[in-house]
Amino acid sequence: MRVRRRRRILRSMRKSLELTLFQDNTSAIRPDDILLVSTMRNESVRLPYFLEYYRNLGVGHFLFIDNDSTDATLELLGGQADISVWTTSGSYLKSSFGVDWVNRLCRKFAHGHWTLVVDPDELFVYPFCDTRPIPALTDWLDSSSIRSFSAMLIDVYPKGPLDAQPYVAGQDPLEIACWFDSGNYTIRPNPTYGNLWIQGGPRSRMFFAEKPWEAPALNKIPLVKWDRKFTYVSSTHMLLPRGLNHVYDEWGGEKASGALLHTKFLDTFRGKAREEMERGQHYADSAEYRAYARGSKESPDLWCPSSEKYINWRQLEILGLMSKGNWA
Amino acid sequence: MSIGIVMLVHNSLERAAQVARHWTASGCPVVLHVDKSVSRRDFRTLRDRLRPDPLIRFSKRHRCEWGTWGIVAASQAASETMLASFPDVSHVFLASGSCLPLRPVAELVDYLAARPQTDFIESATTSDVPWIVGGLGEERFTLRFPFSWKRQRRLFDKWVDMQRRFKLKRRIPRGLVPHMGSQWWCLSRETLSRILMSPERAMHDRYFRRVWIPDESYYQTLARLYSRNIESRSLTLSKFDYQGKPHVFYDDHLQLLRRSDCFVARKIWPGAERLYRAFLTDDAGAMKKAEPNPAKIDRIFAKAVERRTRGRPGLYMQSRMPRSGHENGITAHPYSVFQGFSELFVDFEDWLANASGTRVHGHLFAPKRVEFAGGENVIDGALTDNAATRDHAPERFLTNLIWNTRGERQCFQFSPRDNQDVNWIMARDPNAQISVVTGAWAVPLFRSKKNFSTLRSEAARLQRVESEQLAILRSNHANAQIRIWSMAEFIESPMEPLQTVLDEIAQKKSRWIGEAPRLEDLAGFGQFLQKLKNEGMHPYLMGDFPVEQEPQEMPAIKQRPYLVR
Repeated sequence: MRVRRRRRILRSMRKSLELTLFQDNTSAIRPDDILLVSTMRNESVRLPYFLEYYRNLGVGHFLFIDNDSTDATLELLGGQADISVWTTSGSYLKSSFGVDWVNRLCRKFAHGHWTLVVDPDELFVYPFCDTRPIPALTDWLDSSSIRSFSAMLIDVYPKGPLDAQPYVAGQDPLEIACWFDSGNYTIRPNPTYGNLWIQGGPRSRMFFAEKPWEAPALNKIPLVKWDRKFTYVSSTHMLLPRGLNHVYDEWGGEKASGALLHTKFLDTFRGKAREEMERGQHYADSAEYRAYARGSKESPDLWCPSSEKYINWRQLEILGLMSKGNWA
Repeated sequence: MSIGIVMLVHNSLERAAQVARHWTASGCPVVLHVDKSVSRRDFRTLRDRLRPDPLIRFSKRHRCEWGTWGIVAASQAASETMLASFPDVSHVFLASGSCLPLRPVAELVDYLAARPQTDFIESATTSDVPWIVGGLGEERFTLRFPFSWKRQRRLFDKWVDMQRRFKLKRRIPRGLVPHMGSQWWCLSRETLSRILMSPERAMHDRYFRRVWIPDESYYQTLARLYSRNIESRSLTLSKFDYQGKPHVFYDDHLQLLRRSDCFVARKIWPGAERLYRAFLTDDAGAMKKAEPNPAKIDRIFAKAVERRTRGRPGLYMQSRMPRSGHENGITAHPYSVFQGFSELFVDFEDWLANASGTRVHGHLFAPKRVEFAGGENVIDGALTDNAATRDHAPERFLTNLIWNTRGERQCFQFSPRDNQDVNWIMARDPNAQISVVTGAWAVPLFRSKKNFSTLRSEAARLQRVESEQLAILRSNHANAQIRIWSMAEFIESPMEPLQTVLDEIAQKKSRWIGEAPRLEDLAGFGQFLQKLKNEGMHPYLMGDFPVEQEPQEMPAIKQRPYLVR
């Protein structure tokens, strides 16, 4: 495992050659700042709300990697004092789906910081997130000697065809995509890395019903008190050293955990799926996107009568998708 | 007459200064002890800001590492400064930088003025305290602790083990009876002076310097020697979780803290702007003068600890994945499994739904699709009827189903034709009520018109599967409510077992079976079994069926005898 970890770190160093600094505000990072690292491509529509959401939660500095955007993403990010941007035209696929770039930035800037690694379509929810900012959470994690915080991916989707309600920049995506699957997730331990492997949700239900083992992984550990020795292995699903993956209790208790609301399924999804399929830069030969495209031929609707309407984190807690643990 | 506040500060100096000025504004002098690990520059900034206030003093700085003597030394130094500089202080209140007064200071002053001789200090003998973390109770006083628990944990543990093994012990000084309690106290001037000016203080200090976590025992023990009137409770609301670290209060605790009627709370998150604003504006007059009542807060935190240590039964999720045997409830709610009934009775599921008032599914683990009640495609929690999805993780399918429908009892059919991967989890689960009529799987075979050699091999397979299942149900790891009848035995008097099972489902509201279910026509079943035997297969799970058989009639329902208790 140590060898694997070192290899990942070396790989991220090599891949860092692909990154070009576009805007450097890293000198503004204060020692206690929460950092947010994200890789993106053509996200100018989502970014305004994304930034607002995470600034409100107390993120101190954003580190963005722009993978060859052709829209206004870079202009949008330019000139903001709490944002640093790198650009790359390297292959998303060959950089382990952006993980190498993320690892590189984390190693360089995030040492000693609580660091949140999320995609632009992921909204981080955690216990008491409506009244306590992320620094309250991380202070508590610090005092409990916890280094990593789990937040499983929950796909949210609209009722009706995806393109029925257009999303406009700055809008809360949860106004449109406010439904989710509450209780069809399968969990199994992954002995190699010590993490849990979670599958299920609407994507498994709709696109992978006959091949559920191929359904996308939903386990994520996006919030980590970073150390330069750490490295993400596969997206933010798992980390090395393995101890960081141990975000679950095995003796009957519940550790605190959160959720990432995955707002991928908006009207922007179709275009994205088509584009990504052509680029072939996604997981398992874009099998995921291909499955979507197949399933999406006739007006895709992920909604079902048992879908649950999203209200707040407490609801997720009651449903057992996340837990307060002993944070009260 | 006033009270003096001794404040131990080690971080968030801003907040500490804010609270200190709040105390002095009401005429209470404050002595601050700033941890030596705070940088000089930060310390100077704080001192310069507070210096204009005549009621504020700073005491000699010590390094305060958790669990070590430094904290006691700090409070001693600060208390001495307090007693020397402010002669009209009648009570000294020990607080930390993250303590927040919840009630107007004047109320605390009045409260203490009415109890001039009382010392508020939680103090109990080591054998009586439940909150000890890490197993060190009495041994805190009898072992030596040269290593840091925070930084040198391994050495610390090793050293403790070694002393235990070689029975190395320190002697507790004569006259001292170790007591422990919350480190936040409020002592009368008299008691505090007697502790600090005791002729034996050097001896006490020497002893406690090597005691583990002396701040929870130094004053608590000595107060027993020198105090005349101990009220064994802390005026500071301070709750600890199961790891022994204090619970932190945030903005959303505002109402809770208001209703607690406590004088001072700790610990407050430095970013809790709303709390600081609400409580430091000193017009919390809405709060009635009442005895402190932290019970409500207790409940919330006790719940949190329980969630962390016991969790919610039957829940499997990203941060709760109990190992086998540690589930604390394998499933979330009782459920019933019926095997062989839907084969024996016509429309058994409808009948059961009527008779029991529960949700009755078909064969949830059928090979082709999940037979949800009412033929639904998706049910609670968006579980689908897709068999491949279910078979990807059958145990999770079951626990998910029971979790999603918790509060409503589920019944479903099971048979050897179904996916058998859930046998163990159901057998182990005390929530499961499993009723099996063995050999009933042969009835559909008997009624089918298929080629007999196919039927024969199918019968052999099903019998093998069912006998394996029975071995599981009869193993001594099985904790479910299990009832097994052979088919022959069951058919003789079907109503009694049914009534027993139903009574259990309905629990208190005993339902009488109004209408009996109708048995399938079994004429010729005996011959069918004989034919299987003739073909060399040995069907034994049904029990003894006569070859020539009377057509079965469902017995008329007998009114139960009236029970006089």
